Amino acid sequence: MALSFILTDEQEEFRGLVKRFADEVIAPRADELNAEGVFPVDIVQQMGELGLFAIPFAEADGGMGADLTTLCLAIEEIGRVDQSLGITLEAAVGLGATPIAEYGTDEQKLQWLGDLLTGQRVAGFGLTEPGGGSDVVGATRTTAEVDGDHWVVNGSKVFITNAGTDITSVVTVLARTGEDADGRPELTSIVVPADTPGFSVAPKYRKVGWHASDTREVILDDVRVPLANTLGERGEGFRQFLATLDDGRIAISALAVGLIQGCIDECTRYANEREAFGTPIGSNQAIAFKIADMEVAAHTARLATHEAAWRRDNGLDYKRQACIAKLYSSEAAVSAAREAAQVFGGYGFMTEYRVGRFYQDAKILEIGEGTSEVQRMLIARDLGVGTS
Amino acid sequence: MKVIVPVKRVPDTAGDKVIDADTKTMDRDAGETVLCPVNEFAIEEAVKLKEATGAEVTVLLIGPDGAQSTIRKALSYGLDGAIQVTDDAISGSDALGTARVIAAALADVEFDVVIFGNQSTDARTSLVPAAVAELLDLPSLTYARFMEIDGDAITVHREHEEGWDVVESTLPAVVSVVEAINEPRYPNFKGIMAAKSKPLDVKSLADLGVDAAAVGAGDAAATMYAFEPRPPKAAGTIVTDDGSGSAADDLADWMEEQKFI
Repeated sequence: MALSFILTDEQEEFRGLVKRFADEVIAPRADELNAEGVFPVDIVQQMGELGLFAIPFAEADGGMGADLTTLCLAIEEIGRVDQSLGITLEAAVGLGATPIAEYGTDEQKLQWLGDLLTGQRVAGFGLTEPGGGSDVVGATRTTAEVDGDHWVVNGSKVFITNAGTDITSVVTVLARTGEDADGRPELTSIVVPADTPGFSVAPKYRKVGWHASDTREVILDDVRVPLANTLGERGEGFRQFLATLDDGRIAISALAVGLIQGCIDECTRYANEREAFGTPIGSNQAIAFKIADMEVAAHTARLATHEAAWRRDNGLDYKRQACIAKLYSSEAAVSAAREAAQVFGGYGFMTEYRVGRFYQDAKILEIGEGTSEVQRMLIARDLGVGTS
Repeated sequence: MKVIVPVKRVPDTAGDKVIDADTKTMDRDAGETVLCPVNEFAIEEAVKLKEATGAEVTVLLIGPDGAQSTIRKALSYGLDGAIQVTDDAISGSDALGTARVIAAALADVEFDVVIFGNQSTDARTSLVPAAVAELLDLPSLTYARFMEIDGDAITVHREHEEGWDVVESTLPAVVSVVEAINEPRYPNFKGIMAAKSKPLDVKSLADLGVDAAAVGAGDAAATMYAFEPRPPKAAGTIVTDDGSGSAADDLADWMEEQKFI
């Protein structure tokens, strides 16, 4: 189990495949999809044919039996050309399919997992609510009450990825199902099929970035689903979503690495092509050093991501490393996008240029799946800071 | 049905090719190497046969140990196994020498159809498929832009400058395909992971009963006397429209001269 930074031959081959697919299929359409805010079902399903949505799942469940490290390679390569499809993959696997694969019964897996792992359908995870964000337990107002052999779910969820696409199959919703002995809310995960009466999504948000990904408010109005749709044990919802988010941090970190790498690729090309005052702009240290700094950030962020993923894949404690990777990579991505836009000058402010689009896409990386503040809080707490 | 797809390791088509001044052959260690992109069209046809009829598809590669990554790449499309012929004596073979080795390797196994790409992106001779068919005394169905197998019969549309001919034959046969024949799919993760566990049969010239003197640079039918880098691109012809309408005539004349029309 010695730590190695050399990928296996298969991982290299797979990374090459995803890179080629990203360059040939996604990159030529990324500008148009983001400009028009279209969720590209056809590309998502092609990504499914490549096996991307099945990577970290057990072969018995229809998965590829691979690991989080390999998923991170795919997210980075997709994210390098388009962050919207990167987050679509990350959320579909990490938030959509993983809870069902981890906590679902055989029957639940049989019902929903197959289509999710082939990428024919996507699923969402309904956690955040209008009144809250990081303080999930206190902020969860959505309720589920037992009525015979059904749950009746009422409430709403915000910022839910993959909740309103044409191929959304289910959204797993975290709901208050009572109180525990100490009076704290009892939270339970319940799988809600998107075609259940009373389940609806609001129109698409007007987001700063991630324009080709699907993000919705979910409204649950007397939604009746069988008690058999309970994911894992009643009252286990809080523990389940914490574990889900730990993996998600590493995957978001990989998405940030992809963004930085995309900035490097674009800036290197442009700095050698674009001439000002008679020489390529890359011959000026002011430009060259920006790109060198981006490379330092990409390399460091990638190492942090891979190490966190490796710890997770090898059964070691990885919570702090996941926080560190996510915090560092996302903040580095915001800086890289800002500097990349600067390298491109006026064109960097145009969204039809990848760096302009990445400038829009970067900010959310510091917010989603745990804000930078939450990461710092968790790291400090893990060090024992402020506990005595 | 048994299908063989001969594949080739070539220099990365996006990179510069380097010719070794001493041997006057391609320096294959000078840059990245890839599975010849034209092979992907042949593999796609084979995969379609596999899907339609359950055909067993084997790739055949002539090349050194380092070429095994190319074999794995080909197998990642979901193919069943591979044969590699490797022997130092093969180095420097021309198209005919290569065809002799491939023909000997094919004579050693059972097959119904051999599907080549019509040319490799490094040498671009297009000679090998027909030479292999000739050496094995099998029907040669080259430049196929369409192929269909029905029982023992095979039909291809043989592409040429003015369209295509419909050519029919019986199996076994040797086919070469052009890029118009299909749109190759991407491999997938499962295929990549499975590739390493597919059987690989490594053979030497002695195993195939090929006389080492009949292949390689020494016995090549073609001789390379000299080579030069491609000259810089010459300036194009500019046809100026002065408003009199003569530009259309000039353009048409030029296109006729170049045999575009």
